[in-house]
Amino acid sequence: MSDKPKIGLYWCASCGGCEESVVDLAEGILDVIAVVDIVFWPVAMDFKRQDVEAMDDRSILATLINGAVRTSEQEEMVALLRRKSRLVVAYGACAHMGGIPALANQFSRERILEYVYRESPSTVNKDNTRPQTHYRDNGTEAELPVFRNVVRALDQVVDVDYYIPGCAPTPEILANAIRVLLSGELPEKGSVLAPDIALCEQCPRIDSKPQDLSIAAFRRPHWTLMDAGQCFLAQGIPCAGPATRGGCGAQCIQGNMPCTGCFGPTSRVRDHGAKLASVLASSMEAKTEDTIQSALCGIVDPIGTFYRYGLAKSLLRRRVDLRNTTQEVAVP
Amino acid sequence: MTESLHDVFDQAHQRANAAYVQGRRRITVDPITRLEGHGKIDIFLNDQGSVDRAYFQVPELRGFEVFSLGRPAEDMPQITSRICGVCPTAHHMAGTKALDSLYQVEPPPAAKKIRELVYNAFMLEDHALHVYILGGPDFIVGPDAPPALRNVVGVIEKVGLEVGRKVIRMRRRLREFISRVAGKVIHPVLGLPGGVAKGISADDLPALRQLAEDAMEFALFTLHVFHDIVLKNADYVNLITSDAFTHQTYYMGLVDDNNCVNFYDGKVRVVRPDGVELTRFGATEYLDHIAEHVEPWTYVKFAYLRQVGWNGFEDGARSGIYSVAPLARLNVADGMATPRAQEAYNEFFTTLGGKPVHHTLANHWARVVEMIYAAERISQLVADPEITSQELRVIPSQKPTVGMGVVEAPRGTLFHHYETDGNGLITRCNLIVATQNNSARMAMSVEKAAKGLIRNGEVSEGLLNRIEMAFRAYDPCHACATHSLPGQMPLLVRIRDLQGQVLRTIER
Repeated sequence: MSDKPKIGLYWCASCGGCEESVVDLAEGILDVIAVVDIVFWPVAMDFKRQDVEAMDDRSILATLINGAVRTSEQEEMVALLRRKSRLVVAYGACAHMGGIPALANQFSRERILEYVYRESPSTVNKDNTRPQTHYRDNGTEAELPVFRNVVRALDQVVDVDYYIPGCAPTPEILANAIRVLLSGELPEKGSVLAPDIALCEQCPRIDSKPQDLSIAAFRRPHWTLMDAGQCFLAQGIPCAGPATRGGCGAQCIQGNMPCTGCFGPTSRVRDHGAKLASVLASSMEAKTEDTIQSALCGIVDPIGTFYRYGLAKSLLRRRVDLRNTTQEVAVP
Repeated sequence: MTESLHDVFDQAHQRANAAYVQGRRRITVDPITRLEGHGKIDIFLNDQGSVDRAYFQVPELRGFEVFSLGRPAEDMPQITSRICGVCPTAHHMAGTKALDSLYQVEPPPAAKKIRELVYNAFMLEDHALHVYILGGPDFIVGPDAPPALRNVVGVIEKVGLEVGRKVIRMRRRLREFISRVAGKVIHPVLGLPGGVAKGISADDLPALRQLAEDAMEFALFTLHVFHDIVLKNADYVNLITSDAFTHQTYYMGLVDDNNCVNFYDGKVRVVRPDGVELTRFGATEYLDHIAEHVEPWTYVKFAYLRQVGWNGFEDGARSGIYSVAPLARLNVADGMATPRAQEAYNEFFTTLGGKPVHHTLANHWARVVEMIYAAERISQLVADPEITSQELRVIPSQKPTVGMGVVEAPRGTLFHHYETDGNGLITRCNLIVATQNNSARMAMSVEKAAKGLIRNGEVSEGLLNRIEMAFRAYDPCHACATHSLPGQMPLLVRIRDLQGQVLRTIER
């Protein structure tokens, strides 16, 4: 093998978008593969688990791991890759904070079991069959990993050196992070490799954001004809910009839709959702109980609005009383 | 038998089974590679060194249908796009159409055209991803090439840097176009019930026309590459038409009113293994036609035709198993809606001996035919005067109840079904996702390929790759197929304290 530094990429409870974001380096990927050897990347390369097991410990310079963690197989793989790598980078919102799959922390495994294998309108399962961790049949054995009751971010399972945020990270953020990792001048351990400012500072609509926001009522985008140039908050549409780290180029805003917070918080914030809730609450015009209630009618899903990407890393973490989640969730 | 005798019998049976399992030769491919998603293949040999059984297992799941409960329906196109970051636009579009249905709102014509334009750009670049980066390396570099070369790096070495750059640049330009209109290419934000969030400006048209022209040239170039590298190679053609990689199943795909392939809209058409139409239905009737079967050795569920029924992992007209994605779409349609694609379609069926074609590896060729259609459709839509209209939305006024939407994802037919309360919050969500429609046939393909290729216990790395090629042709997406979280797991729970000491063990 060559002397080029080795890089690994792996995915846990992932959608593959982070893999795509690497491919989105486009011509830039040719420069990357000229200076590193990618030694493990299941989406694009045929190296197998046994190849990783055969590597020397700490022989991989950096492994970028994306996806949240919720199975025993994922726990084994991230532990294996941690051993074989000098640096482990939590890549993308799921590894960083749990991501959208972490919304499953609102529900119990039982609830999901009942739906998928019995209640789902298209499922036919008279024998009440369930997938098993060990299925034995006629001298053959098929094994499946164990599912945990909670979705976790990567640093809740292994020691993480750096974070690259985003759902998915942009090519610019990734290219910059690669430059930093290969430079030999590593930032402080635990750094998020993206600008440490709120998105508003980079937003093309900043000029129309009032100094003092005074939102009369929150509105839902599909019932609102949105102005294509005005700050969303000024229009009463919840936007996570003020509470969210910048660096993404404000892509969603340029698509004429509000930010939903995928880059997570800046370093000065302990709980992303709490920060967003506090920003929106302090921007409201309403001051009395009933005017507040009616203004809040536009935020119908607080967990989904405030913790869309970060439930696993929030102070809330997961719903504890699961006794009442065997019925379908109906929000009044 | 009394209960205690039963227990003794069971335990003895399990011990004997375990001993037998220990003694057998077992080959594991872990993980499977060059697809979207997780999976492994476990192959069990008998004493003669032939394959008794091969399991194609999908070990992943996340639970979208359940954690969508209580979410605003208008967020679903963006939430469900996280089922898959390779085909997020497919989920986004199926979800957006389900929202149109939910709110009974008809988008303005320009909005539908913009959606379809973005959608075809996505189909083209995603198919190109598979041809050049995921499945293609098996043919371009060769199935027995060293693993270190069987990937995009090896492809670039083989076809040359100039061609490599051309492929990369084309995908980049298509994806930049999608970002421009849809905000993000990975997880777009475009779709709203009754329209789209952003339009196309007249200033963008010259660049768009150039992109359409270059995309057309690129698609035809890809067919040319396929001809040169695959069709002129007798070994590859033999592999494609070999029995080990052939299955006779039903096929499903979306067609327009002329029974031509359409990715964005139309009716679902199903044909029998002999090619005759079985049924044709709209999105709202999907439950009458499609059911899902459960097996204990994988998390993915297996879609099948209700009308025919589940009769095991079998080929033929009495088995409800069907297939989707490029080969299926071509089998199901009477033709292509655009001229160059129609030429390619004719060549495809003439060469392979008529319709329907049952050779799984022909999916690779059918995919290229579809790239040509996508490119032509892009040109048609870019030339449409309505494409720059700013009439983008109709605000819904009806109370939401239930909505269903269907599109053709690159990897197959995709159904989104949402039910909400009066305030538009999800009370039930059901998704039948592309690759799930192929999961039964894929499992059969892997087992058949393993049985066909492994003799006398002789197994090489290249041979194992050929077995992987059996699933790779379907261009699977396991993140999509297992959007749901399954059943009675785990069988073993260990509760540890912060120091890692086991406090309690719960077994089932």
